[in-house]
Amino acid sequence: MSRALQVGEAVTVDARYPDGHIRTPYYIRGKTGVVCAAMGEFPDPEVAAANGRTDAMRALYRVRFLQRDTWADYAGSDHDTIDIEIYAHWLTPIEEAAQ
Amino acid sequence: MSDAAKGVPGHRGYHDIGGLAEGPVAQTEHVLEPWEKRVDALRVLLGDNKRQILRADGLRHAIETMGEDLYLELTYYERWMAAIIKVLVERGLMNETEIRDRMSAIQARLDIPPARTRPWPRIESP
Amino acid sequence: MSHSHTDEHDHATTFVPDEELSLGFYGLAEAAVRELLVEKGVIEPAELRTALEWYDRTTPATGAQIVARAWQDATFKAALLDDPGQAVAQYGVNMGHVQLYVVENTPTLHNVIVCTLCSCYPRALLGMPPDWYKSRAYRARVVSEPRTVLGEFGTEIGADIEVRVHDSTADLRYLVLPEQPAGTEGWSTDALAGLVTRDTMIGVARASAGV
Repeated sequence: MSRALQVGEAVTVDARYPDGHIRTPYYIRGKTGVVCAAMGEFPDPEVAAANGRTDAMRALYRVRFLQRDTWADYAGSDHDTIDIEIYAHWLTPIEEAAQ
Repeated sequence: MSDAAKGVPGHRGYHDIGGLAEGPVAQTEHVLEPWEKRVDALRVLLGDNKRQILRADGLRHAIETMGEDLYLELTYYERWMAAIIKVLVERGLMNETEIRDRMSAIQARLDIPPARTRPWPRIESP
Repeated sequence: MSHSHTDEHDHATTFVPDEELSLGFYGLAEAAVRELLVEKGVIEPAELRTALEWYDRTTPATGAQIVARAWQDATFKAALLDDPGQAVAQYGVNMGHVQLYVVENTPTLHNVIVCTLCSCYPRALLGMPPDWYKSRAYRARVVSEPRTVLGEFGTEIGADIEVRVHDSTADLRYLVLPEQPAGTEGWSTDALAGLVTRDTMIGVARASAGV
């Protein structure tokens, strides 16, 4: 993921399962949501966890998912949502994923 | 989950529990014990800008790699203390023998009965 | 009681310890590691004392004052939503390495906070998290069945209201700005703050003006 993501853009979360410390919950991998806020850059936790600290920075986004897209048997309302903070290197815009 | 399953599709960390089936939320609370606050304070100090030894990422990573048996068996601040020990030893700031010896010395100094032994974290060589 | 004896310090006359007697294995481990860190010059005793004083100073009352002010003052509320770190700094709140994000409840939206991966919580505003917030059941369930979990807290959300869960996975910490209860317009800041409980700012409860 090289370019900045835009608010309102649809993105898919990578279905990756690496070792080490990651901040992308299992349940959201492979799901598609919409960027609702760009939060700026933060130290990469995947590097910082192993080394104590890091200067490597990652862009962090808040991404909104529909609950009915997230859980096969979601019992609430169709318009219920879940917002998750996800780092840029886990997100792919859907038009790029389709190519 | 065995180590062999790491990295393969479907591998899920034992801490990564969102969406798993669980019973009702027990709405329990307890006033933190003084030793629990001290564990928290140690972690805050070790992670501050002056020291940068154990930030939240490092604490979480240590908790996520101490072993599922410990993760499930220890209480919240026992997990934190085990994680602090794991990181301090792995970074070479102290060794396990020093810690064990000092625990015995403090117990003798305070003249208190031996504490029931709790599981110790899995520590990689520094 | 005689004070005539001077040299006898047997167990019968030794001061009885309090917390020391209840220290468990990891309580002893904390004492050991703390002593070693001080001896090695990593931590100074005064730093530890200052760090411990923070826990007595930091309670949900801080968040409640901020919410009450936002209810009264539209300009402050806009600032709180736009640049929360700056807005709470005037209350002496320092968010440290993390960034505050404020989510507002409305007649059509109810927000609730969780950290499924660990136990992230806006400590600088609310103090230390309750046990249930850190519990396996809350972390596992509130993301996938929020309405059921809210119901267990006595908070029923109508089907026409959107429930939005925020999973605090990374470097943000969330504060729910609850809705101001009807009929409390014109109340003093302190009276309004009295309606703002910790649980309303996590999102498992609504603020209420009582009966």
